[in-house]
Amino acid sequence: MPLLEIENLSVSFDTAAGPFIALDKVSYRCDSGEVLAIVGESGSGKSVAMLALMGLLPSSATVTADRMEFEGRDLLRMPDAERRRIIGKDITMIFQEPIDSLNPCFTIGFQIEEVLRTHLGLKPADSRKRAIELLASVGIKDGAKRLSSFPHQLSGGQCQRAMIAMATACRPKLLIADEPTTALDVTIQKQILDLLTALQQDYGMGLILITHDMGVVAETADRVVVQYQGHKMEEADILSLFEKPKSAYTRALLSALPENATGDRLPTIAGVDFLSEGAKA
Amino acid sequence: MSNPVLEARNIVRDYPASGNMFSRGEPVRALKGISFTLDRGRTLAIVGESGCGKSTLARILTMIDRQTEGELYIDGQPIDIAKAPATKAQRRMVQMVFQNPYGSLNPRQKIGDVLGEPLKINTRLSAAERRDRAYAMLEKVGMDPRHYNRYPHMFSGGQRQRIAVARALMLNPELLVLDEPVSALDLSVQAQILNLLADLQDEFNLTYVFISHDLSVVRYIADEVMVMYFGEAVEYGAREEVFADPKHSYTRTLFAATPRADVESIRTRLAARETATV
Repeated sequence: MPLLEIENLSVSFDTAAGPFIALDKVSYRCDSGEVLAIVGESGSGKSVAMLALMGLLPSSATVTADRMEFEGRDLLRMPDAERRRIIGKDITMIFQEPIDSLNPCFTIGFQIEEVLRTHLGLKPADSRKRAIELLASVGIKDGAKRLSSFPHQLSGGQCQRAMIAMATACRPKLLIADEPTTALDVTIQKQILDLLTALQQDYGMGLILITHDMGVVAETADRVVVQYQGHKMEEADILSLFEKPKSAYTRALLSALPENATGDRLPTIAGVDFLSEGAKA
Repeated sequence: MSNPVLEARNIVRDYPASGNMFSRGEPVRALKGISFTLDRGRTLAIVGESGCGKSTLARILTMIDRQTEGELYIDGQPIDIAKAPATKAQRRMVQMVFQNPYGSLNPRQKIGDVLGEPLKINTRLSAAERRDRAYAMLEKVGMDPRHYNRYPHMFSGGQRQRIAVARALMLNPELLVLDEPVSALDLSVQAQILNLLADLQDEFNLTYVFISHDLSVVRYIADEVMVMYFGEAVEYGAREEVFADPKHSYTRTLFAATPRADVESIRTRLAARETATV
């Protein structure tokens, strides 16, 4: 049984000009211990899909799916209270802007301990001890001191580590990382990606990595879903995606990478309608 | 060529630090003596992490900020705005394109006015001439003349960056300082803007200072590369040299940290994990 199985997920937003379909019948599957990358440019619906799973979309969004199961349990039809016991505990998420996604009014320690108290019911002394352990596990050594730091006192990389500590506080079975390194420098990006994959292996978690960066995909993913304007263009394991991309869109994306440039101009993919091309192929 | 467009000799920039009640703080040295020369029609890429001083350098090169020490020559003329303000002629030679095309265009200004404003301030051209030049420039950067009367919010990120490039070119500058011009853009749009910059460089013989943290972009666009680290140029040389044989340990760290999107490195990674699990 796969850890997460979503079938024909659609998301539409009510706008003044009528409904806007952000995601059109896309299916996802993620197993334990697997790194799934969802790749696409802005507007591809890659974040919307995972926000829908987390129940984080605004009320203007309509989410439908034939099936949305986590460990065989139906997330769509379960009561909200039960769902909240899974989201934030077994399924957690980290975001692009680490400094913005932490609450500036509370210390790092308070925010990590809040997770532990809410989901595991730990007592203050225990939650503090565990929070220090968690900070150590994400590479923050002086954890006892850092617990009383506010987000603005930490660097972007440190904040992302604190976010990861929060997200892994309850040993989640599935971690969703939405562009976790886009706002960070390359050397810090490497550290954070190494940390995420190490934790993923240690805990045997499923990891869903949302990114637009083909380099990040190549370095971390086992399997890849390529999205374009709310549609799935291709799903493949990492090697076949880069070796023999099936869809025209993936080929175009890979050829637009500056490191794959052959002449003195990059091939561009302006004005190509990949949706109708995909239908033909 | 004997006459470089841009020459910097030992540029230093100190920022005063706030001390406590009883003492003034030690000034923060953001640039610790940067030197380079850049010939006409060439591209110098400046690479480094946040806080390394690359944007401070850009502000000095564009005469927005003054240097504390050192000499700056633009088109052979010495410039130190702490001593004498730059002339209009000097200012029009150097233009800048910013990272975020959503923030760098005035949302209340029509595209035509965005492009006409530099001419209005710096030249005595009539309104009709300004309009004609704006139309011509829109076409040059791959936009439609019909876009003249539209507002920035009606455009995509890539189109806005085209407009920002067009605005920078209105005064026929020699030198364009591009501060992370493609890092806010999607991959496919990034390719278009990089091509546009290459086309414009060929057509107008422009000189670029290209600030970036993305090594794959730098490798593609640069002639010369400077790697900065804590206000110092730890590596400076021709692109091929720097990429083939990085001298400084920081440069090597940077190269090693850059994700590689090729089949070979994927194979290596998968193989390494195979052996780790066995």
